[in-house]
Amino acid sequence: MATIKEKEQQIISEFENFDDWMDKYNYLIEMGKSIPQIDESQKVESNLISGCQSRVWLTAYMDDGKLYFKGDSDAVITKGIANLLIRVLSGQSPDDIINADLDFIDKIGLREHLSPTRSNGLVSMIKQMKFYAMAFKAKKAKQQ
Amino acid sequence: MYQTTNTGYNLEKIRKDFPILQQEVNGSPLVYFDNAATTQKPLQVINAITDYYHRENSNVHRGVHRLSVMATESFENVRQKIAQHINARYSHEIVFTRGTTESINLVASTWGKKNVKKGDQIIISAIEHHSNIVPWQMLCEEVGARLRIIPVDDAGEMDLEAYRDLFNEKTRLVAVNHISNTLGTINPVKEIVEIAHDNDIPVLIDGAQGLPHGSVDVQDLHCEFYCFSGHKVYGPTGIGGLYGKEKFLEEMPPYQGGGEMIKSVTFEKTDYNDIPYKFEAGTPNVAGVIGFGAALDYINNLGLENIKKHEDELMHYATTELEKMDGITIIGKARNKASVISLLIGDIHPYDAGTIIDHFGVAVRTGNHCTQPIMDHYGIPGTVRASFGLYNTKTEIETLLKAINKVKEMFG
Repeated sequence: MATIKEKEQQIISEFENFDDWMDKYNYLIEMGKSIPQIDESQKVESNLISGCQSRVWLTAYMDDGKLYFKGDSDAVITKGIANLLIRVLSGQSPDDIINADLDFIDKIGLREHLSPTRSNGLVSMIKQMKFYAMAFKAKKAKQQ
Repeated sequence: MYQTTNTGYNLEKIRKDFPILQQEVNGSPLVYFDNAATTQKPLQVINAITDYYHRENSNVHRGVHRLSVMATESFENVRQKIAQHINARYSHEIVFTRGTTESINLVASTWGKKNVKKGDQIIISAIEHHSNIVPWQMLCEEVGARLRIIPVDDAGEMDLEAYRDLFNEKTRLVAVNHISNTLGTINPVKEIVEIAHDNDIPVLIDGAQGLPHGSVDVQDLHCEFYCFSGHKVYGPTGIGGLYGKEKFLEEMPPYQGGGEMIKSVTFEKTDYNDIPYKFEAGTPNVAGVIGFGAALDYINNLGLENIKKHEDELMHYATTELEKMDGITIIGKARNKASVISLLIGDIHPYDAGTIIDHFGVAVRTGNHCTQPIMDHYGIPGTVRASFGLYNTKTEIETLLKAINKVKEMFG
């Protein structure tokens, strides 16, 4: 399994192929289609990361010490960005997720989506993923 | 270069007054269609503020020294200018605030706390901005009153028959907007006031969008309160006002405590100042007031009717062109509408649409526009909103149409 840094690098090189913003967004739209989608039944309030403009649902489960994410959003671009995060963070250990700085978002020119004023839930999405990691870590520590 | 049938309306010259419009965004000339959120400022306003700080800056109503007298004079002249602009009977009926939101909060926490009691009711409508919902909700929670809502039909017009039926012996106030920031509906505020007065109930009008679109005459409307913001009429942010009928302002307790709002202070007792100063504690936003005055001069020089005619022309052009396109739904089709168009492009999420439109250098607003209840009414997450101002052009609308076509191509 590649590390978070390696996966980030992979995405950065994928984005280097795009000459203009439109290609980038078309790619994000495509990315949205392959998101590990959560069940309709899990699209409930408690799994909702509420941004001002688009809704994002996120769930997580632990398998063999690694954390996996599923998600969805009612906005296509947001769904694409969510899937980028999932590609990078799914299958990693809670510790690595907690410590990830995820600066690839800036490097692939999507920093504008990180601004809290965009209210697309991206910042909250990252927070929620790290929160899941912390929760699973705490749960595991308790069991041991 | 810029077509308009509005003779005497020199759009090219007008645009040169707005430095911000000369820039490029994402490699394209900026197209600013978010005027319902805030308007851009002409040089006349920017210069008035700069000049004030260069030559006059001083605290108002304080000293006998030359600067203070000059600043006070300029400051009070603007109060008078605003009074004339909205045809208030007296200039002391104009209270300076930070803007519409603060004006509404001022009334809610002074007049409201004095007059609204447990079990009472306040009437608002289903197309209010959050700032004309939440202050009343907070008041209701505090005193144990409740809100009654005037329903709105699919065109975005208030149901006046249902409104009539909302009155009862518990009703204390009606608070409605003049023009909807989301749908552009120009509400029949005069009739709304008449109906309220038939029931002996005072009316507050949220005029945030009213002041920028046409003339406002508070004596003709007969409303008790009219709230407005400078930044929506090409003035600076952080300054606005509350018009209140003299009798109402007189009877209201003060808002905040501090300097300026007092006549005399001892540790035993404080005598409050006369209106409007009773509501203006602390050093006011003098530069903002000066800028607001310059903005009113600017629009009055252009002519309110000319501006309205120009904006209506833009709105009709945009509406006609949008209706020709497949898959466009215009949300809010009131018969009487200001230059605001809320729309949906197929079932494409407004956030997706707005992200792409931004790349064409076009500033539109996406989301619920701080009017969540009306979005719930239509069962939609939000809209793409284009709102036109006095400097916009048909060519700019064409850029928007091009951007919308791209959105359809990418997400359709």
